[in-house]
Amino acid sequence: MAQYLDMGGYAAFVWPAYAVAAIIMLGIVIASWRDLTRQRGLLAALEGDGARKRAPARSMDHLK
Amino acid sequence: MTPMSDLTSIQRFHALANPARFMALSEKIVAPLAILTFALIATGLYFALFVAPADYQQGETVRIMYIHVPSAWLGMFGYMIMAGASAIALIFRHPLADVCAKSAAPIGAAFAFITLVTGSLWGRPMWGAWWVWDARLTSMLILFFLYLGYIALWATIEEPVRAARAAAVLALVGSINVPIVHYSVVWWNTLHQPASVFRIDGPQIASSMLVPLLIMALGFTCFFVTLLLVRMRAEILRRRVRALRLAKAGA
Amino acid sequence: MTRAFLALIVRDVALAVRVGGGGGMAVFFFLVVVAIVPLGIGPNLNLLGQIAPGLLWVALLLSSLLTLDRLFQADYEDGTLDILTMSSVPLELTVCAKIVAHWLTTGLPLVIAAPLLGLLLNLGVAQFPSLMLAMLIGTPALSFLGAIGAALTVSVRRGGLLASLLVLPFYIPVLIFGVAAAGGAAAIPGAGHQGLLLLGAVTLVSLVVGPVASAAALRANLKT
Repeated sequence: MAQYLDMGGYAAFVWPAYAVAAIIMLGIVIASWRDLTRQRGLLAALEGDGARKRAPARSMDHLK
Repeated sequence: MTPMSDLTSIQRFHALANPARFMALSEKIVAPLAILTFALIATGLYFALFVAPADYQQGETVRIMYIHVPSAWLGMFGYMIMAGASAIALIFRHPLADVCAKSAAPIGAAFAFITLVTGSLWGRPMWGAWWVWDARLTSMLILFFLYLGYIALWATIEEPVRAARAAAVLALVGSINVPIVHYSVVWWNTLHQPASVFRIDGPQIASSMLVPLLIMALGFTCFFVTLLLVRMRAEILRRRVRALRLAKAGA
Repeated sequence: MTRAFLALIVRDVALAVRVGGGGGMAVFFFLVVVAIVPLGIGPNLNLLGQIAPGLLWVALLLSSLLTLDRLFQADYEDGTLDILTMSSVPLELTVCAKIVAHWLTTGLPLVIAAPLLGLLLNLGVAQFPSLMLAMLIGTPALSFLGAIGAALTVSVRRGGLLASLLVLPFYIPVLIFGVAAAGGAAAIPGAGHQGLLLLGAVTLVSLVVGPVASAAALRANLKT
């Protein structure tokens, strides 16, 4: 197992490569997901306040 | 809404232009696509790390290839999506096209960055240097700059319609530039390095290495599409929020 | 239409000369950059002579970038650009005229200054002609491509840095072929000639892409 983790002596290069990819890909997933939920929350709050002056109210459920 | 099955394909294309329809459709696709992405990448990783053999010349460092090469492909794929969407935005004024382009850019930039870092980590044991100015790494670096410039332009121009048009022009000019830059870098490289350069993927690639590579590439592509849909949904909501805020401020 | 085109060039050149600062400051910047490089890397004349073409080209690029916001900013702010878009002359031609004027007032002075600054870097006198020819052919590309960045950021306050960042990737082929044409790639025979031809090709492409893209970008920014 230890020999496998050592990657033939190249451990210092192989594992960081996989780690960087994982961190960045997970990072952008998390950032995108949080952005989506944040926008959903903002939209719900704005609609909850009821912009009465808008044109005939239509259900925005399909936009969530 | 008329069910999509009742429409012709052109009508379907235009129907997708309706943000509400897009939101409804994408909501159904995202979860299954995410699961597929996870399955593909997990399988690919298993193959890449445990099943695939070490390389005769490069030893275990060849395992970096399973991240590096798909990332490079996706980095370029991302720019093609961005440029294609920008063209559709400018020519057909498709309402979702600029949303697509804006959403694709950070994902493509992330893959370009991963390509550069993993290439560097691969280059150090292979070529002895953390960075080498070979044609491919240099071209990818410039592509990364193009991504950053595009994202910066969106971030700097506040008014969304204006930002969308300007960004679309930039993406299109950039896409003309990409092959020119690539060719000039290759030309420059052969000029200054007359000795043959290491070919990373070799003249032939064994199927034991090709299969994990393709699985990872497919997984990364699904990752891209899933994330693109998520980001597009967020952008559509963001514009809705902005419109409501402006309406309130005006009222 | 030719008269309008020429009149616009004359106007822009006259403005640049009268308002001042554009070409003169660019040449001054060029001089300063070239002067501080040896301070950074040491006075080894051999080394300097070897890197002179590349260094001169890089300094030329940077100097060119500095002058980009003069292209459209002033006219955008005082409304002249709006009026120009309404004329019977297509916006692409208007933009082309402005870019030509820009090149005449910044690019050309830089080209003239280059060999003299090359002396500071121990550039061989024999290389002067190829350097000047390369820069003469390459600087229009710098103006035409730079205009795209200037047009994209015209509505942005302090957009100069962003414009430079957007434009630099487009400058890279000009740099690569320009240095080769200037004799910077002495290793392979014929490379200089090849570089010059490729540089010419890039400039020709920029003559079309520049005005078209800049006009599109200006239209995007002018619409509210």
